[in-house]
Amino acid sequence: MEVFKYKKPLSLMSKSKRFGLLSVAVLILSIGLILSKGFNYGIDFAGGTLIQVQYEGKAPIDKVRNAIDTDKAYEGATVTFFGGEDEVVIKTKMSSKNLGEDIGDKVRVLLKDTGKFEVRRVDMVGAKVGSELREQGLMAMLLAIIGILIYVSFRFEWRFAVASVMALLHDVTIAMGMIVLFNIEVNLDILAALLTILGYSLNDTIIVFDRIREGIRTIKDPDLAGIIDESVSRTLSRTTLTSLTTFFVVFTLWMFGGEIIHGFGFTLLVGIIVGTYSSIFVASPILMWLGFSVGGFREKEAEKLKREKEKEKMRAMYEKGTI
Amino acid sequence: MKTLNFRVILFAFALIFGIVFSIPSLTQSESGKKITLGLDLQGGLHMLLGIKSEIAIESRIKSMAASVKYIFDDEEIIFDELRMVDGEKITFELLDADDVKKANDLLKKELEGTVISKDGLKFSLMMTEEEIARTKQNAIKQAVDTIRNRLNEFGLAEPTVAKQGEDKILVEVPGIKTQEDEQRIRELIARAAHLQLMAVDEERIARVNTMSAEEARSYGDVILQDVKTPEKYLLRAIPVLDGSMLTDAKVGFDEGNQPVINFTLNGQGAKIFGDFTGKYVGKRMAVVLDNKVYSAPNINERIGGGRVQISGHFELSEAHDLAIALRSGALLAPVYVMEKRSVGPSLGADSIKSSSLALALGFILVIIFMFIYYGMAGVIANVALIGNLFLILAIMSLFGATLTLPGMAGIVLTVGMAVDANVIINERIRELLHMGKSIGKSIEDGYDNAFTAIWDANVTTLIAATVLYAYGTGAIKGFALTMSIGILASMLTAIVGTHGIYQWILPKIDKKKLGFWFGIKQEGAK
Repeated sequence: MEVFKYKKPLSLMSKSKRFGLLSVAVLILSIGLILSKGFNYGIDFAGGTLIQVQYEGKAPIDKVRNAIDTDKAYEGATVTFFGGEDEVVIKTKMSSKNLGEDIGDKVRVLLKDTGKFEVRRVDMVGAKVGSELREQGLMAMLLAIIGILIYVSFRFEWRFAVASVMALLHDVTIAMGMIVLFNIEVNLDILAALLTILGYSLNDTIIVFDRIREGIRTIKDPDLAGIIDESVSRTLSRTTLTSLTTFFVVFTLWMFGGEIIHGFGFTLLVGIIVGTYSSIFVASPILMWLGFSVGGFREKEAEKLKREKEKEKMRAMYEKGTI
Repeated sequence: MKTLNFRVILFAFALIFGIVFSIPSLTQSESGKKITLGLDLQGGLHMLLGIKSEIAIESRIKSMAASVKYIFDDEEIIFDELRMVDGEKITFELLDADDVKKANDLLKKELEGTVISKDGLKFSLMMTEEEIARTKQNAIKQAVDTIRNRLNEFGLAEPTVAKQGEDKILVEVPGIKTQEDEQRIRELIARAAHLQLMAVDEERIARVNTMSAEEARSYGDVILQDVKTPEKYLLRAIPVLDGSMLTDAKVGFDEGNQPVINFTLNGQGAKIFGDFTGKYVGKRMAVVLDNKVYSAPNINERIGGGRVQISGHFELSEAHDLAIALRSGALLAPVYVMEKRSVGPSLGADSIKSSSLALALGFILVIIFMFIYYGMAGVIANVALIGNLFLILAIMSLFGATLTLPGMAGIVLTVGMAVDANVIINERIRELLHMGKSIGKSIEDGYDNAFTAIWDANVTTLIAATVLYAYGTGAIKGFALTMSIGILASMLTAIVGTHGIYQWILPKIDKKKLGFWFGIKQEGAK
């Protein structure tokens, strides 16, 4: 079966302004959302306690709320269904340092008369640990980006690196915007998903850049836009298909992986879609706008080749014993 | 006809290796190295504890004061006004100027790591900086050992207790069945088990109910409450001796068949205890545990042999846990919870079920897609994918790695990403076939051309995974780990393995059946 059969280059670069505008618009929207509404930090980053309770049959959520309200200490605690109707999650900003009787134990006592239940999960993060984790998370993002920047500059050229990192920031920012829009609770798993997007969204970009790099060497066209058009068109099937296989698995993870990794799956899903779009429509135009010169690159490559040839010649002469 | 090439042999080895070493994990057999399930999958308690090391310093100072008192009493040096100040130094005053040199020499000899400063007859003792640092380190090391001993004695399977960073303790206890059990375990860990035998201040105790804490302190006393009743006791602040001199603690029963704890003191402790009880016959001595008075019996006679009993109307389980805590020693400094995650066994089982379902479905979707889209080329990629899965399991088993819920997600993700390499390769081969190249040439050039893109893409993903591993905690580390192993394994299976298979079966590939082999329409390939 073949879907994307290459016939002639699509003229993408001539439309790059339109895609650029679309991206900028979505980016502004995302940043606006992040700044105005802000992340809904879960207990991993904000500190607090989460208690997951499963009932036999439908959970009596009103009774649970009433029971929790009887203790003033739990003011502002939220009770919501979790996954199915038989489970509820109680969240509070409180955490206790006490090792003996903690918030989970107290809630267990409060819920005594609400029916037959089992406390299945109690997560508690102190406020200090939460803020430490948040700092670490930001640091991790930054380090990953720097690492990738260095690697891509080393393998390609600095403009490729800058373009790929800009595409990357584009993807992560939009993914963050979606997280805010859909009110996904931000915990450690979401950070893991964002870091995975960092690594993954680059995969597609690199497939395209690799082909552009190859195109610069083999395609006669001196015009970068032409080379990009042809390279992107030729890699179109690869870019979309590799994303498709990953999309399949992430989709099943999101659908069937269970409530706990729902947010994780969602973030990855957004990341894969945006990442695929950006490697086709965003990364390459940036390369062009950065003033990448085909001629310059070719000259450098030629020089490199010349040096290597000379080296080989010397070696050959040396082996023959002429030096 | 071409014989087996090194690539396909390597792949076959990898496949056999993968299957052999993943069998113990898949069958959950008793023998052989296997993957351990993370606490989020098998259920259990994960805690990060902090430690109040300043309390350890304070109690060091306290025991220093007790030593001073004991040494001076022994040598008949008369002193007065022995006090602890701000929990960081002790002061006292000698009454006889002739004793100054003797006292100074004795203190220097007996108390290591102490700064002694004196002003006339007034002495003040402080710990040296190194001694403070050493005490802090000691407190955390001792807390780790103590908590480990307690959990081991409780009879739990494979608890993990480890120092994390400079001043944190990681505690992981798998296999806890109920929340009530978990609470009992937490209480056992939290128990300071700080045992003190203290003299009752018989002169002033009549006024204890009206006395303030400050007033008590001014007499060198402390007010402590009974463990069960609201009764208050006025006790000498510097204890006769503490739990550090205890050698054993066992649950026993008294005449009324009530559980009690019998404990034995070491030689030094027995001597101090004997001397004290001999000197204070007719007075009371309080058995104090974690700053609660358990009993305050009258001393009827000198008690030798160093055997002491604590009775306090215990439940049997309470006495049992308390004896464990006493035996494994006191916590030099109290611990507190910084982070706690506890998962019930049924939730863990549900997580395994749902993530396995996602893995199976994702796997089937990818396999079907690859077959429909690429024909036999897809089947070859699928063989590599299966090899990849086994290899991940085998490597994790050999290292005894822990599989967490995010780790499962990492494996699912790897399934999608490992075939990416084959998609890139197959697309290249198709492209070359369309250009009219021979099948053999298309395959070789396809692999050559695809390699750099696959390599670069994998390295960048690995960079992100490494950072995640370095900065991630607990379960998230599991995600970074499985994804990294998956990517590395895919280099072997998806690139080398499939290449080998192509080379092996190349003679059998019918150039008239490109649709069957590569899923493309016939275009008169040569």
